[in-house]
Amino acid sequence: MIKLKIDHKFVEVEKGTTIYHAAKKLDIDIPILCYMNLEHLDIENKPGGCRICVVEVEGRRNLAPSCSTKVDEGMVVRTNSMRVINARRTVMEFILSDHPKECLTCSKSGGCDLQDLAQQLGVREIPNEETCEMSTYRLDTSPSIIRNLDKCIMCRRCEMMCNEVQTVGALSAIHRGFEAAVGTAFEMNLEASTCTYCGQCVAVCPTAALTEVDHTPQVIRAIADPKKTVIVQTAPAVRAALGEEFGMEAGTLVTGEMVTALRNLGFDHVFDTDFAADLTIMEEGTELLGRLKKHLAGDKNVKLPMLTSCCPGWVNFFETQFPDMKDIPSTARSPQQMFGPIAKTYFADKLGIKREDMVVVSIMPCLAKKYEAQRDEFKVDGNPDVDFSITTRELAHLIKQANMDIKKLDKSDFDQPMGESSGAGVIFGTTGGVIEAALRTAYEIHTGKNLEKVDFDQLRGMEGIREATVDFDGLDLKIGIAHGLGNARKLLEDIRDGKSHYHAIEIMACPGGCIGGGGQPQHHGDSAILKKRAAALYREDAGKPIRKSHENPAIKELYETFLGEPMSEKAHHLLHTHYFDRKRKRNIGV
Amino acid sequence: MSKYKKHIMVCGGTGCRASESDTIVEKMKKELENRNLDKDVQVVITGCFGLCEKGPIVKMLPDNTIYTEVKPVNVTEIIDEHIIKGRKVKSLLPADSYKGKTDSKNMDSFKKQIRIALKNCGFINPEVIDEYIASNGYEALGKALMEYTPEQTIDIIKKSGLRGRGGGGFPTGLKWEFAAKSKGDQKYVVCNADEGDPGAFMDRSILEGDPHSVLEAMAICGYTMGATEGLIYIRAEYPLAIERLQIAIKQAREYGLLGKNILGSGFDFDIILKLGAGAFVCGEETALIHSMEGLRGEPTIKPPFPAESGYNNMPTNVNNVETFANIPTIINKGAEWFASIGTKKSTGTKVFALAGKINNVGLIEVPMGTTLREVIFEIGGGIQDGKKFKAVQTGGPSGGCLTEKHLDTPIDFDNLIEAGSMMGSGGMIVMDEDDCMVSMAKFYLDFTVEESCGKCAPCRIGNKRLYETLDKITQGKGTEADLDLLRNMSHVIKDTSLCGLGQTSPNPVLSTLDNFWDEYIAHVKDHKCEAGQCKSLLQYNIIAEDCVGCTACARVCPVGCIAGEKKEVHIIDQSICIKCGACMDKCKFNAIELI
Repeated sequence: MIKLKIDHKFVEVEKGTTIYHAAKKLDIDIPILCYMNLEHLDIENKPGGCRICVVEVEGRRNLAPSCSTKVDEGMVVRTNSMRVINARRTVMEFILSDHPKECLTCSKSGGCDLQDLAQQLGVREIPNEETCEMSTYRLDTSPSIIRNLDKCIMCRRCEMMCNEVQTVGALSAIHRGFEAAVGTAFEMNLEASTCTYCGQCVAVCPTAALTEVDHTPQVIRAIADPKKTVIVQTAPAVRAALGEEFGMEAGTLVTGEMVTALRNLGFDHVFDTDFAADLTIMEEGTELLGRLKKHLAGDKNVKLPMLTSCCPGWVNFFETQFPDMKDIPSTARSPQQMFGPIAKTYFADKLGIKREDMVVVSIMPCLAKKYEAQRDEFKVDGNPDVDFSITTRELAHLIKQANMDIKKLDKSDFDQPMGESSGAGVIFGTTGGVIEAALRTAYEIHTGKNLEKVDFDQLRGMEGIREATVDFDGLDLKIGIAHGLGNARKLLEDIRDGKSHYHAIEIMACPGGCIGGGGQPQHHGDSAILKKRAAALYREDAGKPIRKSHENPAIKELYETFLGEPMSEKAHHLLHTHYFDRKRKRNIGV
Repeated sequence: MSKYKKHIMVCGGTGCRASESDTIVEKMKKELENRNLDKDVQVVITGCFGLCEKGPIVKMLPDNTIYTEVKPVNVTEIIDEHIIKGRKVKSLLPADSYKGKTDSKNMDSFKKQIRIALKNCGFINPEVIDEYIASNGYEALGKALMEYTPEQTIDIIKKSGLRGRGGGGFPTGLKWEFAAKSKGDQKYVVCNADEGDPGAFMDRSILEGDPHSVLEAMAICGYTMGATEGLIYIRAEYPLAIERLQIAIKQAREYGLLGKNILGSGFDFDIILKLGAGAFVCGEETALIHSMEGLRGEPTIKPPFPAESGYNNMPTNVNNVETFANIPTIINKGAEWFASIGTKKSTGTKVFALAGKINNVGLIEVPMGTTLREVIFEIGGGIQDGKKFKAVQTGGPSGGCLTEKHLDTPIDFDNLIEAGSMMGSGGMIVMDEDDCMVSMAKFYLDFTVEESCGKCAPCRIGNKRLYETLDKITQGKGTEADLDLLRNMSHVIKDTSLCGLGQTSPNPVLSTLDNFWDEYIAHVKDHKCEAGQCKSLLQYNIIAEDCVGCTACARVCPVGCIAGEKKEVHIIDQSICIKCGACMDKCKFNAIELI
C-alpha cells in the first residue's frame, strides 16, 4: 500500500493506482476530459492528451496528468491550487478557441462533456477570439454516422473503440499539430472505409464530432402526412434504456410508457420488433436444425458453426473483413428487416393499403440499422422495407419535443398482430439472448420434447467470449458467444484456421449486445448500467406468459395464413438475404 | 597513409558536396596523375571540417593549410603552386579573420577547439574502415569485450561524467545502467539520429564524417546492457549520412566487428537503419520508438521509460549520435581524462552549429565551460559586417535567447538553464541589431506549430495561439494586455504539455519577454520596431527638403498613394500605402526614408 497526501488529506491506496483514482477515494473529483474508463471491457482510454486533469505534485517541475500518473509513497498532491486552476482554465480556453461555438443548435448540447466542463471551469470568454484561427475539415456524412471533425478534441476515445475494442481500424489520428484530428486514412469517406457503423465511436465521443444521422425530421413529416399510414416497431433493448434519457434509473423498463408515447406521437400502429425476433428464431432455428441434420448425416459440405446474422454491424464486419466466410452466417434477415416486408405485405394487405402508402419506422439501439435499412436488397422497386430507423436517443428527443415525459405517461399495450411477442424475442437485446431464444425453439423441434427450464443460465453474462454445451437429448450442442467485434474476430480466425469446435455462434457487434448499442443513451463506460439493462430484459422475459418464439400465436397465424412454414419459398423470399464481398478495394471516395 | 608524402583532404560533407566537392576530387586525382604525382600525393574525401559556409574546403597536409570556397577551376593552381612549387594560393586562403595564420592549428577558429566527437571528421575517409581502424578505431570495442565486464564498462562511462548530448543532459552511464538492469528477452540499443533543430547539423556531420565511431559505441552499449540488436533512427532527408552508414555497417560486418561472435568474444551485435520521415517530435524518445514500430510518431507518458519498456515493449536504450561518438574515446583514453575536460558537472566537449549573423558559420567543438564570448567572438570570428551583437539563441526552438550580459557565462548544461535557455542539441543562432526579437520568437513558434504532433491540447492549440499573438504584435496590432496573455499562455503550455516539445516551445517567447521587454513595449505601445524588421510598423516618408517633385515615386506607386504636383513636395497617404518600397527604390534623390 502507498500512503500519500491529496489536498491536505492522507489516503492509502494500492501500488499502481493513479492520482485520479486515489483522489476519488477521498471523494475528490478531478475534472477529466479525454480519460474514459470502460470497466466492462477492462480498458482505459488515457492518452494523457487533454491535460485537463493536471495536478500539482510537490517536487515535480511541471504539472502531472492525474489520469495517468501513478502514486508514489509520500507524494504530496494538490488538485485545486491556483496554479492548477489557472492551468486548467487556460487549457480549456485553448480547446474552446478551436471549437465551433454553435451550442444552440448542436445535437450534443446538454449532453456534451466539453460544454459541461467549460461550465464547471467557469470559462466566460476566449482571449483574442477574433484572431484565433480554427482548424476546419470536410464534413463527412455516411448512411449512419456524421463526422464533423471541426468538433474533434483529439480525446482519442473513438480511435480506441474502433481499433482496440472493435478491431475495425477505420479511425485513427490524422495530420499533425494544429490540424491533428481523428479521422479515416487519407481522409476518405467513412463509407469507403472499413467502418461497420457499429457506432461505438459515437457512443464514446464527448462532443458532436461523431453523431448519428438524425432521421427524426423525416419521421415527423411522415406522421404529419395524412396520406401515409405510419407503422413503428421498437427493438427490445430500447425499452430498457429509454428511461435513462428522462433521468430514470438504468434498467427501468418503460415498455408501456414508450408505447403510449409513440401512440401520442401519432404513429398509426405501434408494433414490437420482438414479434419479428420471434419470426427470426423460427427461420434461423430451422436453418440451424437443417444444417445440423445434414452434418449428423455425414454431409461434409455443410457449413458449421452457423453464425447468427441479426446484427447489421456484425454483417458489415464480416462482409468487409472476412468475405471469404460469407456463407457461414445464417441467411435469416435481422428482425428489423423481417418486420419491414411482413408489414408491407401481410399487414398492408390486411389494411388494404398500398405499399407506397405505408411508412415503416424502427426504433433501434443501433446506428448500423440506419445503413441496413437502406441496403438495396431490402428494397422493392426502390421502396425500402423499413423507411427510417431512428435510435433510442432520437426517440427521446422526439418525445421531449412533443412535451412528454416518459415518467409521467400511462402504460399501454402494443397493437396487434405485430405487437405480440414471446419472452424469447425480448432477450434478443442482450448478449447471449439470441442463441438462448433459438435454443428454446430448436430444442423442442429437434427433440419433440417440452423444454421445462427455459432459462439457459450458462449462456448469460458479460464475458467477451463465452461458451456452453447444451444437451439436446443426447446430442451435445456446442455454443459460442462473442460480443464486441474484437472478440468476434478471434472466433472467426479460429474458424478460418479450422480450430473452431462450435455448432452455433452468436455474435453481436457491440459490447453487451444491443443494450450497449451505438444508439443507446451514453453509458460513459459504467458497466453497472449495462448489467442493469440486461437484467431488465431478462425480467421482462420472465414475466411474459409465452417464453418461446414458436408458441407466439401471432407468429403461428402468420405462418398458417401467409408464409406457410419456416424456410418456405415465400419465407425465403421475404425473410432471408445474401451477403456480399465488400473488402475495401475501391478508390478513396473523397 | 605513410607511403604518401602529401595529402589533400577534400570535404565530402553534404554542404561541400552541394558546391561540387566531388568534382574537385576527381579533377585533383586526374591532374595528379597527369603530373605523375599520384604515387606521392593522396586525395582523401573526408567528413566535415566545420567551416561549412566557406565550402568547399580543401586542407593540405602536412602543413595544415586550409583553402576555402575552392572551385573545380582552382584545382590546377593548387597542385601547381602548393604541391609543386610549395607556394600558398593566397586567393583561396580564408579571409582576414584568420589574421594570416595559414596553419589551421594557429587559426582562431580552431585554436580553442578540442575535438572528441568530431575527432575524425575532416581527417579520415568515412567510407574506408581501414582509415578508422588506423586512427584507433574499434580499439575501444576490443578493450571493452576483452578487458572489461559490462559493469566495469558502465562504470567508466559513469565516472567520465558524460551527459546526453541530445538536449536532456541525462547522465549516460546511469541510463546504460538502468537498461542493463532491466530484464527482457530481447533488448535494443537505439541511436537517435533524428536531428531536427533549424540550422543544426552536428549529428549529420558526425554520421557523414565518422560513421564507425557511432557503430562502435552502439556495440559497446549493447555489450553493457545485454542487447544484440541496434537500430539507428535517421531521417530520410540525410541521404549521404544514410549511404555512409550503410557502407560502414557492411564493412564492419565484413571485418567481423558487427554480427556473430565479435572478435571471438561470443558477443553478438548487429545494427539496422530505420528511416524517419523527418518529424521533429520523433526526436523525443518515446515518439521515436513509436515511429520505429510503424505507429504514429507521437510521444507517450513516461514512465514507463524506454529502459523498462521501449521498442517492441522491450528494454531499450536511446542515445543521441554525438553522445555515442564520445564513447570510444572515453574507453580508450579513460574516464579521468574525459572528466578533466570541461566543467565539474558538465564534462567533455560539446559540438555547436554556429549560424546567423556570425562570420564563421559552421560546426565547432569546444570544451564545456567555454564562454559564449569565446565562441562567438574568437572561434566564430565575431558579428558579420561589424554590426553589434544583440543576442544568441541556444538550444534551437526549445531554447532561449541570451544577451550581452550572458556573454561571459561558461557554457554548460546547468548554466544555460539558469540563464533561461538550454543546451539543446547544440544549435547556436547569433543575432545582431537588425534582428527583431518579437519576430525571432515568432519564427521559432512557427516552427513549433508546424512540428507539434497534436496529441496534447496545450501544444497543439496553445502554440498556435502564441504564434497568432506574436503575429498580431509584429503587425502593430498588439496591446499591453497581449504581453500578459503571452506570458500566461507560455507558462501554462510549459506546465501542462505532454512531452519535451511543448514543455520547451514557449522558451523563445519567455526569454525574449525577459530580456527584451522594452522591445515588446515599443511594438505594442509606440508601434515601433527598432530593428526595422516588422514592416507593418514602418512608414515610408518623403523628406520635404530633399524632394524635388520629379513625380517618379508617384508614377511607380502601385496603389497610387503618393500625391503631389510637379516640382512640388510629394506626400504619401499612409492609410493606403502597402509598404512595398517601390517609391524608395525609384527615388534618385534619397528623399524617401523608412522610419
